[in-house]
Amino acid sequence: MTRDKNAIRTEDLRRHYRMGETMIRAVDGISLQVRAGEFVALLGSSGSGKSSVLNLIAGLDRPTSGNVTVQDRDLALLSREELAKYRLHVVGMVFQSFNLIASMTLAENVELPLRFSEVERSKRENRAREALERVGLQARMHHRPSELSGGEQQRAALARALINRPKLLLADEPTGNLDSHTGTEIMDLVREFNQQLGMTVVMVTHERALAERYAERMIFLADGKLVGDQPNPVGAEQVMQS
Amino acid sequence: MKIPDLTELALRNLRESLLRNSLTTIGISVGVASLVAMLSLGIGLQQLASRRLVKSGLFDTVFVTSRRDLRNYDRDDQRNGPAPGESRILDEPARKEIENLPNVIEAYPDIRFITELRYQDKPHLTMVSALPESAKSNDAFEGMQGSFFSSDTAPEVILQKAFAEELLGKTSKPGSDDVNVAELAKPLLGRELTMRYAQRQGSQSAAETNRNTSTTGKENTLSGAAYSVVSREQELKIVGVSDLDPESMRGPMRAKVFLPLKLGESLHIMQPTDLRELARAASDQPVYSSISVRVRNPKQVQSVEDSIKKMGFTTFSILDATRSLRQFFAVLDLFLGIFGSLALAVASIGIVNTLVMAILERRREIGIMKAIGASDGDVKRLFFTEAGAMGILGGIVGVAFGWAIGQVINLGTNIYLKRQSLPPENFWAVPWWLVAAAITFAFAVSLVSGWYPAGRAARLDPVQALRYE
Repeated sequence: MTRDKNAIRTEDLRRHYRMGETMIRAVDGISLQVRAGEFVALLGSSGSGKSSVLNLIAGLDRPTSGNVTVQDRDLALLSREELAKYRLHVVGMVFQSFNLIASMTLAENVELPLRFSEVERSKRENRAREALERVGLQARMHHRPSELSGGEQQRAALARALINRPKLLLADEPTGNLDSHTGTEIMDLVREFNQQLGMTVVMVTHERALAERYAERMIFLADGKLVGDQPNPVGAEQVMQS
Repeated sequence: MKIPDLTELALRNLRESLLRNSLTTIGISVGVASLVAMLSLGIGLQQLASRRLVKSGLFDTVFVTSRRDLRNYDRDDQRNGPAPGESRILDEPARKEIENLPNVIEAYPDIRFITELRYQDKPHLTMVSALPESAKSNDAFEGMQGSFFSSDTAPEVILQKAFAEELLGKTSKPGSDDVNVAELAKPLLGRELTMRYAQRQGSQSAAETNRNTSTTGKENTLSGAAYSVVSREQELKIVGVSDLDPESMRGPMRAKVFLPLKLGESLHIMQPTDLRELARAASDQPVYSSISVRVRNPKQVQSVEDSIKKMGFTTFSILDATRSLRQFFAVLDLFLGIFGSLALAVASIGIVNTLVMAILERRREIGIMKAIGASDGDVKRLFFTEAGAMGILGGIVGVAFGWAIGQVINLGTNIYLKRQSLPPENFWAVPWWLVAAAITFAFAVSLVSGWYPAGRAARLDPVQALRYE
């Protein structure tokens, strides 16, 4: 069996929405490949379709046509139930607005995916503690998100994305709500996951500087189409150095 | 997700909007309370009615009368079967035959007659009836002063309280306070009464007139049985005064003076039936107007009744009467249940409303859960569990609430009854099955109410849900 060395492959991917009379082509025929362990930045202005591509890769949305294959799984063939399992075990996601559940403590937020994968309670607690230690938040385990700074919340979200040990980390503007110093801290963590845990990272951002600093490869989108795909020697160099 | 996790999350979510969920839960408990209150009133009234009947010792008794007695209870019975004139006489052999039927404890004749009793040389006319020894255990003698007959043949009497009052020359005012039976009994117990009665005396002289009997239409050439009637007196000792209310009782209990059964039989007292059967009497043996048959178990009443009917007698049992009583209460319970359920139906709309609101409010949370791997089923089950938890909680509180309402109404009614000089009664019954059924019902109703919101939450598109802040 020939194993695809690409972690992600999209072929002529399209996602169209109907909005009243007009058809919005959010994603309009994108074909790309991401190698396993690669750190890719999806760049583009607002409305370029970069978040839509990310949602399609994450299995949160289904394409209008074309297909997405992640680690030999054609997402179009998965049922809703299987897609949920895919999101649970294969993908970790972080968002611009952190998306922690306000009524839960950090530990509870982080272990929530483990509840869905029906891991025993005692194991859950240990793994949540480990994940929080990894992002340096063990001291704030029992705090609620509202008691924490934005950077701390995003670190907790990273811990949650990590908890089921997925192969793929999808980040949608992870530093968008953070100041540059905190943003750097978060990006360092993301790079750590990429390098130490071998996770494939796809990060959506509109900050070219950030992409240049961390990503090995930059893909440019505009109006739902791929308009540029270039390796980023600086980011790659940093990878070599560390 | 596992059930303990699901429950924990659901309860946490319920606590998050405590006020709204509490109000919804209170809505359910009001519904359950009204259901429980209505049904326990129905059940309580039914129990009250049956208790009264059971106390009278009637459920296991079949009354047997001859078809010849044209004052029969059941007109239908009269039309079927042999004509009254051709049917069997209810005499001693018939009584023995009935007593030997399976599941029959005893069959005793109802001896009842009106006679004169003398007490301190004053005559009193009253109804006297004979009681079998088994009547001792009857609840009807619960509040009796003195003791039951020392033996089945002892020359003793038990007086009904109204007759005791009459003997003492007191008259009770209707609606006045309960007569103190103990006070009545004190001067009477141990005293002697003289009963005057008509005795049938067997006679060997066949010099009776032979007559044509129109009932058989046959020339009667046989010499009929003959007996003479003699006036007798019997000394009787008062051993007990009962506080029975004769109006609420049946059969032999309706009398005001009671004799032991065997004594009554040995006296050969002339009874009205004897006169009716005089023309046909083949012996000087007594003919009974009716026989009471005690059956081992109320369930066997029907089969015993059937066998006695086959023997050619007319029967009556209270089971016939309770059948329609039970039917009445079934309908009553149904109506009370429907009215009670209306409040629960309103409450279930409250659940739907609360959960739909919760979906709008927790849209983002649902989106997050789906993004990190929750399946449609997980989300659906979470909302179901929340609805179910509100249902069970509302059910438990509602049952307690309904029980409390019942207690208050019961208390109030009894205070009213006391003012009306009536004994307290329990109108209210909350059996365990009702508690379990009410909670289960509340749970089921809440699950049904959760159906639509849970489905809606499960179908929520995570991309849409996460888009808006």
